[in-house]
Amino acid sequence: CVCACMSATVDAAADIQGTSAPETVVPSSVPQPKDDFQEELVIRPLHSGDIYASFQFRTLWDTDFMRENKVSHYRLFPKSLGQVISKFSVRELHISFTQGYWRTMQWGQPFIPSPPGAELWVWFQDSVTDVDATWKELTNVLSGIFCASLNFIDSTNTVQPSASFKPLGLGNVTDHSFLRYATLPREIVCTENLTPWKKLLPCGSKAGLAVLLKSEKLFHSSFHSQAVHIRSVCQDWQCKTTSWELRQTLNSVFDLHNSGQTKREWSLFKMFSRTLTEACPLASSSKLYIDITDNPQVTTSLLSQAVVLGDRRTFSVYDLTQETTFGTVRSLNLLIRWKSNEGEMLRPLLHAERYVAGYGLQTGEIHTLMYNNHPYRSFPVLLLDSVPWYLRLYIHTLSVTSKGKDNKPSYIHYEPSKDRVKPHLLEMLIQLPPNSVTEVTVQFERALLKWTEYPPDPNHGFYVGSSVISSLVPSTVAMHTNSTRERPLFSSFFPCKEESSYFVRIYTEPLLVNLPTPDFSMPYNVICLTCTVVAVGYGSLYNLLTRSFQIEEPNPGLAKRIANVIRRMRGVPPL
Amino acid sequence: MAAPLTLLLIVAVTIRAALFRSSLAELIAERVEVVSPITAWKRVVEGLALLDLGVSPYSGDVFHETPLIIYMFHFLVDYAEITFMTFVFGALCVCICFFFIYLSLMPFQFRKQKFALEADRYPMDSLELIRSPKEMYYVPLKVAMFYLLNPFTILSCVAKSTCGLNNAVLALFFLSTIKGNVLLSAIFLCLATYQSIYPITLCAPAMLYFMQRQYIPVNFHRVSFWWFIVQYLFMYLGSLFVLICLSFFLLGSWDYLPSVYGFILSVPDLTPNIGLFWYFFAEMFEHFRLFFLCVFQINVFFYTIPLSIKLKEHPVFLIFMQLAVISIFKSYPTVGDVALYLAFLPVWSHLHRFLRNIFLVSCVLLACSALFPVLWHLWIYAGSANSNFYYAITLLFNVAQILLVSDYFYAFLRREHHLTNGLYLKRKDGSEATLILK
Repeated sequence: CVCACMSATVDAAADIQGTSAPETVVPSSVPQPKDDFQEELVIRPLHSGDIYASFQFRTLWDTDFMRENKVSHYRLFPKSLGQVISKFSVRELHISFTQGYWRTMQWGQPFIPSPPGAELWVWFQDSVTDVDATWKELTNVLSGIFCASLNFIDSTNTVQPSASFKPLGLGNVTDHSFLRYATLPREIVCTENLTPWKKLLPCGSKAGLAVLLKSEKLFHSSFHSQAVHIRSVCQDWQCKTTSWELRQTLNSVFDLHNSGQTKREWSLFKMFSRTLTEACPLASSSKLYIDITDNPQVTTSLLSQAVVLGDRRTFSVYDLTQETTFGTVRSLNLLIRWKSNEGEMLRPLLHAERYVAGYGLQTGEIHTLMYNNHPYRSFPVLLLDSVPWYLRLYIHTLSVTSKGKDNKPSYIHYEPSKDRVKPHLLEMLIQLPPNSVTEVTVQFERALLKWTEYPPDPNHGFYVGSSVISSLVPSTVAMHTNSTRERPLFSSFFPCKEESSYFVRIYTEPLLVNLPTPDFSMPYNVICLTCTVVAVGYGSLYNLLTRSFQIEEPNPGLAKRIANVIRRMRGVPPL
Repeated sequence: MAAPLTLLLIVAVTIRAALFRSSLAELIAERVEVVSPITAWKRVVEGLALLDLGVSPYSGDVFHETPLIIYMFHFLVDYAEITFMTFVFGALCVCICFFFIYLSLMPFQFRKQKFALEADRYPMDSLELIRSPKEMYYVPLKVAMFYLLNPFTILSCVAKSTCGLNNAVLALFFLSTIKGNVLLSAIFLCLATYQSIYPITLCAPAMLYFMQRQYIPVNFHRVSFWWFIVQYLFMYLGSLFVLICLSFFLLGSWDYLPSVYGFILSVPDLTPNIGLFWYFFAEMFEHFRLFFLCVFQINVFFYTIPLSIKLKEHPVFLIFMQLAVISIFKSYPTVGDVALYLAFLPVWSHLHRFLRNIFLVSCVLLACSALFPVLWHLWIYAGSANSNFYYAITLLFNVAQILLVSDYFYAFLRREHHLTNGLYLKRKDGSEATLILK
């Protein structure tokens, strides 16, 4: 069991449902659109002894980026992102940088899923005429904003999903030609990416929850993911007004053994090497949630309940906008201690794995396994696979089996790849039977590339991006469908259209595949040798075509030849 | 003659049937020496699967066959094994056509020889070079044996490579040319060109053969010469145009043109095979890629005119030379293409006394054929060799083929020289002379 102690006494009354009164702005000649900033941190102890920290920073701004006269007065919303939205006519933008792979079976479901490496998906407005050119420019601009090598995103790793990645904000769109999705599984996240991300926050890293974001501790974790999500949301239930929402999320999982601990004991200082001193002054709400569902003997009275990921969880809430939270020492450091090791983790209902089978460098097989752990309900999943062109998939070898029997997908969308132009895109809607494993296998052939197309370490292998599995999973608890109700940020990320299920997106492991390599030291030698063989053919045929057979005259000795030359000069017949 | 032929056929069919049923069939169908990205059966099945999914087979880069092939296999895919067995019979065309060569060539040749003898054009001592009907009696059977029992052909047939289809069409073209049917010859040549571009170079020997048969002199100043060329080209290009338009209407788009012909000419796929292109373009500097691509492609078509001029009296040998040049220098060769021109060798069995390198060449060809799978395994599966080993064997195999072809050419030209100048040549002072090329 867990007991949470604090270094300061705490006042009783805390807001269970935080209100977010929009900040009133000083009236000026031009009426300023209303904006609002909220920040929150959720700490959730995981069953394996690790601890999961999820930061969310949300800025809401009631403005219109698409109108004629450009927006120029930015307050809480970062100007660089606002300009990106208006210049490239973006309807929705989601970008994430992740280091590490989320282990669903040990850690449960994350609040915000993300694949290893960098992932970017964008919905453009209907007004965009050349989506591919806009996409190219957008990736280059984002590459500059986030100091990441997103310029490697080009047509060879961009796909246009036809059913997955529906907009998470407003918009009832059916034309997927305005959607682009790309992933860079090889991308590494480091301090250079964290610093510009922190700069986008209204308070920067100087006040509020962002003071905890210190790179030497954050990158010493098993899993680190930072993301930016921009979308339009409704302000009220009837959706008469809309506003732009910017969410910056940062998820980290701190490893028990990696951080050199022997006891299962975590504190804010141990995780982040900092404590909290104040909330961000620009924030309307700044909260810290500790998940105590598995440990009901907690003795504080600041409790709140929220429905997240199909489960009702109990949280202990600390409101940082209240002075009393920090007590007399003016700092908040929470300590979480385990008394004993007990209890079973709730098995996630949907879980997936992927691996490459086969041996040798000629062919192989991609196996994707999807586990449905619900005892009696079956549900459909949408599987999206984007495979690079140099692994030539053979779609006639595609087989989907559940419990040993063939399970035919009800929807298959396949776009074959074009060499050096676009990757394979495979999307399938598969019904997973209850309590079963579904296996999807496809055979592929490995291509030999030109010697200039290999990365600097060719024998490391080539990365294949994660498969994306999207599904509506049956929920044990009724989900709230009113998105404008006040809820903690972590429970309101994915829109909820029906009460009995919640949306889940799972990313499988990326694959590392070896390709046959030519010898990189040999270009000149190969050119010479092959041209020699062609020349042998040319030479032999040339000889036979241009020469004729003659009787060989024996060659006279040197003396005779000189004598013949002299004789010729004298005009006398030769010897 | 019929009995040994039937026996041969039964043996050939038995071997193929036995290999089809065994587990070796899948192994052979994956070998890069036997199938290429153009001819692989796996890709045909993939193209049909894409067609069933509602996606155009040419929207990806896996399928490179012509639309007529898709539709043919769409009907036949359930009976694929039987289809490929019929390629065995297509190969029978090869031997049938040789049978007919001699039915038609023999009287022609004998007339020519008799005339030359009577006109004292052939010296007396070259009598032993002249072929007699008796020794030519078994040539068609030998040709059939060389083709049907050639391990290359057996492997190609068991792998269900569409190379067998191409060989069958070329054999039919040859048969119709020998029989003297201009229209059919043009149509079959057009079908062969439609499938892979290179047989277009066989126009020249076909036209030369017809002109020889119809006693049209090969002279640029004669109207009849140009008139025949116009006729033949009209039939050939007309049927090609019809085929291309038919393919457009079958699938409703011109997508197949870059996928089939663009693929053969621009070589984007660098899958290893027994040819010279793959490693060369894998290691090529980007700046020179287009230049060398043009050089290598021109190399295939370039020998047509010089060879036609030199061999204008001997169009059958010219066809052999052209087929050999195509098989060696094409962009995605397989052992099935090699087997086609190897089947011609018994026709020139009278040249064996003038061949100089035949022992060396045959040893190298055998050794290379044995080493190909070994070095492939070492590179791809064991990881203890690298691509250079396989590339070296590729080079050696092609050098051996070139030496074989040029050796036969040398022998042919030498026999012609001896026929006109006598077999035992003497120098001015009466001693035995040696003959050189100068």
